[in-house]
Formats: sequence, C-alpha cells, structure tokens
Amino acid sequence: MEKRVLFRSRWLPWALIAPQLLIVAVFFFWPALQALMQSLQQQDAFGGSVSWVGLDNFRALFNDETYLNSFKITIEFSVLVTVLGLAIAMALAIFADRIVKGAAFYKTVLILPYAVAPVVTGVLFSFMFSNSFGVVTFWLHRMGIEWNHLINANDAMALVVMAAVWKQISYNFLFFLAGLQSIPKSLIEAAAIDGAGPLRRFWNIQLPLLSPTTFFLLVINMVYAFFDTFAIIDAVTQGGPGKDTATLVYRVYFDGFRGMDFGSAAAQSVVLMAIVIALTVIQFRWVEKKVHY
Amino acid sequence: MIERRPGLTALSHGVMILGVLAIAFPLYLAFVASTHLPGEIMQVPMPLTPGSHFWDSYGAALAGRGHVGGGGSVSRMIWVSLVITLIITFGKISISLLSAFAVVYFRFPLRSLCFWAIFITLMLPVEVRIGPTYEVVARLGMVNSFAGLSIPLIASATATFLFRQFFLTIPDELVEAARVDGAGPMRFFFDILLPMSVTSIAALFVIQFIYGWNQYLWPLIIATSEEMYPVVVGIKAMIGSEVAVDWNVVMATAVLAMLPPAAVVLLMQKWFVKGLVDTEK
Repeated sequence: MEKRVLFRSRWLPWALIAPQLLIVAVFFFWPALQALMQSLQQQDAFGGSVSWVGLDNFRALFNDETYLNSFKITIEFSVLVTVLGLAIAMALAIFADRIVKGAAFYKTVLILPYAVAPVVTGVLFSFMFSNSFGVVTFWLHRMGIEWNHLINANDAMALVVMAAVWKQISYNFLFFLAGLQSIPKSLIEAAAIDGAGPLRRFWNIQLPLLSPTTFFLLVINMVYAFFDTFAIIDAVTQGGPGKDTATLVYRVYFDGFRGMDFGSAAAQSVVLMAIVIALTVIQFRWVEKKVHY
Repeated sequence: MIERRPGLTALSHGVMILGVLAIAFPLYLAFVASTHLPGEIMQVPMPLTPGSHFWDSYGAALAGRGHVGGGGSVSRMIWVSLVITLIITFGKISISLLSAFAVVYFRFPLRSLCFWAIFITLMLPVEVRIGPTYEVVARLGMVNSFAGLSIPLIASATATFLFRQFFLTIPDELVEAARVDGAGPMRFFFDILLPMSVTSIAALFVIQFIYGWNQYLWPLIIATSEEMYPVVVGIKAMIGSEVAVDWNVVMATAVLAMLPPAAVVLLMQKWFVKGLVDTEK
C-alpha cells in the first residue's frame, strides 16, 4: 500500500529520518560489522597486534566442549520456558475467556509480571528458594524434597525456568486472550447447537483458530528465552553451578567482559546473530502467510 | 456465555485463583519481607504477614543505609532509572514518528533501503553486538553517562513499523485538504498527524517505558560507578557479594523498583493491552 498524495521536498525527508538512521548506523550496523570482523581476528592478550585468523575462532568454539554444552543448555532451557509458558498461559486464557464476574481483577493481577524487571524477578525467586531461609525451600523440605540450586544443576535449571516462565506468563496470556476473543461467537454457538461440549469446542474450534497466535508466541518465546533471560540467570545462578545454567548469551557476556577473550566472544556474537536472524525470518514468513484453517 | 454450566464456571474460577496466587505470591512475599527486621526474615520459616518495620526498611533503602553488598542509595538509583527511561521512551517515540512520517509521506532516493535498515535492527538485539557497541560508546566518551545509557537504545524498528502502518490507514483526503488550506508538511505533521496518533503513542509509551526501565545488560557494562546505577543494576549489586545482607532492605528496593513500571502498566492498562497486541501482529 502506498500513498498517492505526497509532500515534495528534497531535503526534509532526509532531515526527518536522519536521527534514527544515525543511531542505527553508529550503534547497530557499525558494531555488528565489527563483531563480524573480530570473529575472524585474533588479538594478543595486551591488545597490541591483531592478526587475521580466518575461521579459527569458530573452529575453536565448536571444538570447545563447554560451548557445545551451553548450546545444549540453551536449547533445553528455551524449550522448557516456551512449552511451559505457552501451556500455562493458554490454560489461564481459556478459563479467563469463560468468566464474566471478576475477569478484570484476574486479568489485572496476571499482567503484573510484565512490569517486573527480569533481574527483580530473579531476586524474588532466589529469595523464595534461598537455601538457608527461603520460604518455598522450607515447604519443600517439609514435603521431603531437598532443594539446593547452588549445588544441584537440576534445581538450578528448574529455578531459572520457573522465574522465566513467571515473568513471561502475562505476555502470553494477553495474546491468547485476545486471540480467543477474536474468534467469532457465532462459530462457538453453532458448535454448541450441534451438541459439542466445551472440551470438544476447545479441541476442534478454539485450538485450531488459535494456531496463528500460538505459532507467533512460539517464536517470540524462543527469542525471549534465548536473549531476554540474561538478567534472570545472572541474578539467580550466575550461570552455575559450574556452567550448568550458562546460556549462550550468558557466555558471550562472561567470556567477553570477564574473560576478555574478544575473538571468541565475537565469534559467539556472530553465532547468536545467525540464530536471531533465523528466528525473525521464520516469524515473518509465517506471519505473512497467517495460517488459517 | 453459551450455556450454563455452574460446575465449569466454578472450575474456571478455581484455575484463575490458582494462577493469581502463583503470580501474586512472589510479589506479596517481597512486600512482607520489606516490613520486617532482617533477623525476622532469617528465621525459618519467615513470617507470612506484614510486620511493623515498613519505614525502617524503606528509609534505609532510600537513604542507602543498611547492610548490603553495594549499590548506594535507592533514591539516586530511581532517579537514574527514571531519567534513562524517559529519554529512551520519548526518544524512541519521537524519532520513530519522524522516520515513519518521512517514509510514508515523501518519495526520496533509497527510501525503501532506509526503511529496511531501520527494520533490520530487530535482528540485532544488544546481546549479539555487546562488545563492539561498548567499544563505540567508549570511543565516543559516553561510558558512565546518561547519554551512553540511553541513546544507543533509542532506535526502534517496532515503533517505526507501527507508526508506518498507522499512517498508511489515514485517508489521503486529509492530506489533500491540508494542502488546499496551505499547510506545509510540518504543519500537517504537528496539527493533524500527531493528534491522530495519540492512542498509538500512549500504547507505545507503556511498552517502551517498561523496556527502558527493565534494561539490565546494557547498564551493567556502561554504568561503571554506583552513581550511575539504575535500580535494576543496583539491586543486583546489593546481593552480589557473598556476605549476609539485610534482606528487608533488598526487598524494599525490589518493591520500589517494581512500583513505577507497575503503575504505568496498571494506569494505562487499556492502551497497553491494545497496543501490545496491535504492535506485534
């Protein structure tokens, strides 16, 4: 779609778009280009000489057992966050859609985590699950479950997943609810007249019609789990125990800013760039098509 | 409602109450902890009802007293957060409005290339270019400054895209009428386009406010002194060291850090929900 009626000026449009283009060029494209170049270079420890090393950094990266392990951890973490986050939010949205009385109250509480910073979420969860005085740790202990996310890798993973899901519920819930409410009431009514019960209607009408929303959220949640959970992990486990919750983004930060291994960090950045580009392309191709049944 | 099923309605309320409890519990616990003395929190199990030391905890947090790992006074942190957030929010909205206006209402060489250049920043989140972006900011001498903390985050593909979509739905007759009346492009922008965009602006305001307030990784590397810590970085610094900390002060800080974004979301809930769903679709 294009406008037929336009304004004419040689310089004005450039002046209007300049601030954004300037920021994009200086803080986005230039650094991204630098990352690409640095990933092919090796710098000596004192920042002196720089030499081109081709794909050595990538080779080193993919021969590094711990990096491959972070890959595995990231995928495990993302799948857990995405699946749990979507399932819980969808269940809540389905039930919220049936409710008239009190719906506004439920909705208001459920959107609160959206406003909470990821790092604050992390602090709240490490507080509840603290090994020495956490309330939830105490309850678990009573039930005979030992909890120590500082030592046990599974506990640590469970805790960051819980925190990440808690934070993302609002977003998923709002989208599912909007999706459900945009399904024409006449469809549901027709099915009800034909004798389909609530479960049948959910399975045969609502779930299929929600599939564009679900797919969209699937991609968004993957991106969220990959990139936006750095703060949660930093606050809850700092990648530990060992490196058992160090996702790829955590590694970039850790190797680049703590370990000062710029070549490796740049190569890791490039790998992440490839991942985010792939996810975005999938998202847009699908959104263009808008799956319908 | 299609049919009456009291059982199912009861179940729905049951599920929603469970969900609300799970969501609200961490928030409630933070508040409760912020009203007790540190010693009371360390008892196992800690009390689950509010105590009487509200002012002690919040006073200590705001003044930067109390036994915590670092971070300075929370009042300063909140100020830093607020300044950064407002620069980011208004910066994003203004430059996106201007770019969308340029892209929709003018024809100029490389127009679609410009649009795509902005759009493609979606694929370059700060996490994937963190090192080199830091170098750029360092070379510009913006480390540890309000400018360094905010300006690199101001570009916005989503906002530009949203405004572009919205401008495309505005009827051409309005532009024609404005031109017949002798209005130039900027007059049209300020007197017609801007007032019509108020709803989109309100929705974006909420989303970008939350985005700005909750930024963590960027300030973590750019703010090198406690003076420039936004509250989300400060709270992490408080619990960062291994020593025992005053959890009542940390939790008071958590509550203070949550209040401004929560207030924005709750007060502007209607625009926010509409905006969120529209922006992303």
